Amino acid sequence: MAYSDKVVDHFNNPRNMGSFKKDDADVGTGMVGAPECGDVMKLQIKVQNDTIVDAKFKTFGCGSAIASSSLATEWLKGKTIEEAQKIKNTDIVQELNLPPVKIHCSVLAEDAIKAALADYQKKTDGQPTGTK
Amino acid sequence: MKLPIFLDNHSTSPMDPRVLESMLPYFVEKFGNAASRNHAFGWAAEEGVEQARKQIAKLIKADSKEIVFTSGATESDNLALKGVLEMYKEKGTHIITSSTEHRAVLDTAKSLEAKGLATVTYLPVDKYGMVNPQDVQNAITDKTILISIMLANNEIGTINPIQEIGKIAKAKGVLFHCDATQGVGKIPVDVQAMGIDLMSFTSHKIYGPKGVGALYVRKRNPRVRIAAQIDGGGHERGMRSGTLPVPLIVGFGKACELCEQEMVTETARLIKMRDRLQTDIMAALEESYLNGHPTNRLPGNLNISFAYVEGESLLMGMKDIALSSGSACTSATLEPSYVLRALGVGTELAHSSIRFGLGRFNTDDEIDYTIKKVIEVVTKLREMSPLYEMAKEGVDLKSVQWAAH
Repeated sequence: MAYSDKVVDHFNNPRNMGSFKKDDADVGTGMVGAPECGDVMKLQIKVQNDTIVDAKFKTFGCGSAIASSSLATEWLKGKTIEEAQKIKNTDIVQELNLPPVKIHCSVLAEDAIKAALADYQKKTDGQPTGTK
Repeated sequence: MKLPIFLDNHSTSPMDPRVLESMLPYFVEKFGNAASRNHAFGWAAEEGVEQARKQIAKLIKADSKEIVFTSGATESDNLALKGVLEMYKEKGTHIITSSTEHRAVLDTAKSLEAKGLATVTYLPVDKYGMVNPQDVQNAITDKTILISIMLANNEIGTINPIQEIGKIAKAKGVLFHCDATQGVGKIPVDVQAMGIDLMSFTSHKIYGPKGVGALYVRKRNPRVRIAAQIDGGGHERGMRSGTLPVPLIVGFGKACELCEQEMVTETARLIKMRDRLQTDIMAALEESYLNGHPTNRLPGNLNISFAYVEGESLLMGMKDIALSSGSACTSATLEPSYVLRALGVGTELAHSSIRFGLGRFNTDDEIDYTIKKVIEVVTKLREMSPLYEMAKEGVDLKSVQWAAH
């Protein structure tokens, strides 16, 4: 199976690979997947005034899983929480040209985004964001 | 050194130029049908085939009349299992095999089961992937007609105690088939000493052409009979009809002859390179685990799991080295290697496995390059792995509640 150029590019030059301190108040962390399924994604966002100012990922998984999460961090930066909620796995499939057997990688990335947003919102607990 | 490097010699092997040379006269000049008994064209082809039959038989210590040509080891496995079952069904329909056999044996057995033609016992293996002969003995019933156990495993290279199993089969009067696809030409095989009644093997794993293989069928003590699965002109003593692919057979013969002549020196060279690859990689990378038997395995085989990194991404990071992985992502089934699972290797480590298959044409330079590249890519991917980060922080990954998907 050949990988698309975009998958290869993200794999060779991952964007925003790394970690934030997950206990920081302005950080939301999403960890999805399971080692026995062969992929685990950790996606983190840093939020100020309702806007995602930075994002980072770490992924255990195939090249397409790594590329999906790398792409997700790129897209998240600069988006508001509300805009970020609208990122769909199908957008990722389209951008990366993922074949059918790799669609679950994009689903996982969407789940990771949702989980990171939910974690952040849980921390802020309904309070206006960026004021803590 | 030329890139990419071929380190996937269990899947297939490059043809030896000496094999190609032996084949060339049989395409245009000696193109005859080996079954044409009445003219010089047929005789020339037949002479090539019979010479090859002798070369092949010699490598496995058989008689040339006991070699039945097929299209490859998959067909040989099918012919052995289906042919024996059909021929001896009045005597019994029970087959004993093991859970780490190649799919050509496992799926044939399952297909016979599904059609209600056989009952099958799938024996477990130990943590090194080895079948226990005692288990074979215990599984035999008065309905057992065939034992099918592989010589060496295609993923982990572990070599089974074939001679002991052969003895048990003989003592119980049960036929013994051995899928020796990975072993023939790599390690000494003696169908007499090993007590093998039927044996599958193929040309393309031993630097010969693709598209030809053989089934050894014992002629005496006992005389084994099989029901043909392909009907036609009655070639190969009625066991496998179809015009013989003479150039392929000639090449197969030459490949066997070369293996026989060079096995001792080639084995020593492969073991030296393989052991260096293993030692250097495992010394540099913590939490790398050898899969398979530490010593009793094929000279060119090395299978390692690298904790916290996924196999397919490893292969992607080393795309100038041709390797294989037990990761689900590299298989059509989306399940990780059933062989590693049968050994008791955890699913996450099965996803992290890489198989190195060294062969005749690999060089020390290629091994140096591979060692360097593996260490570099595993290190890079571990930095990218949330599991590695958690392990470093002292989190016990087994205690984490994962959301399986």
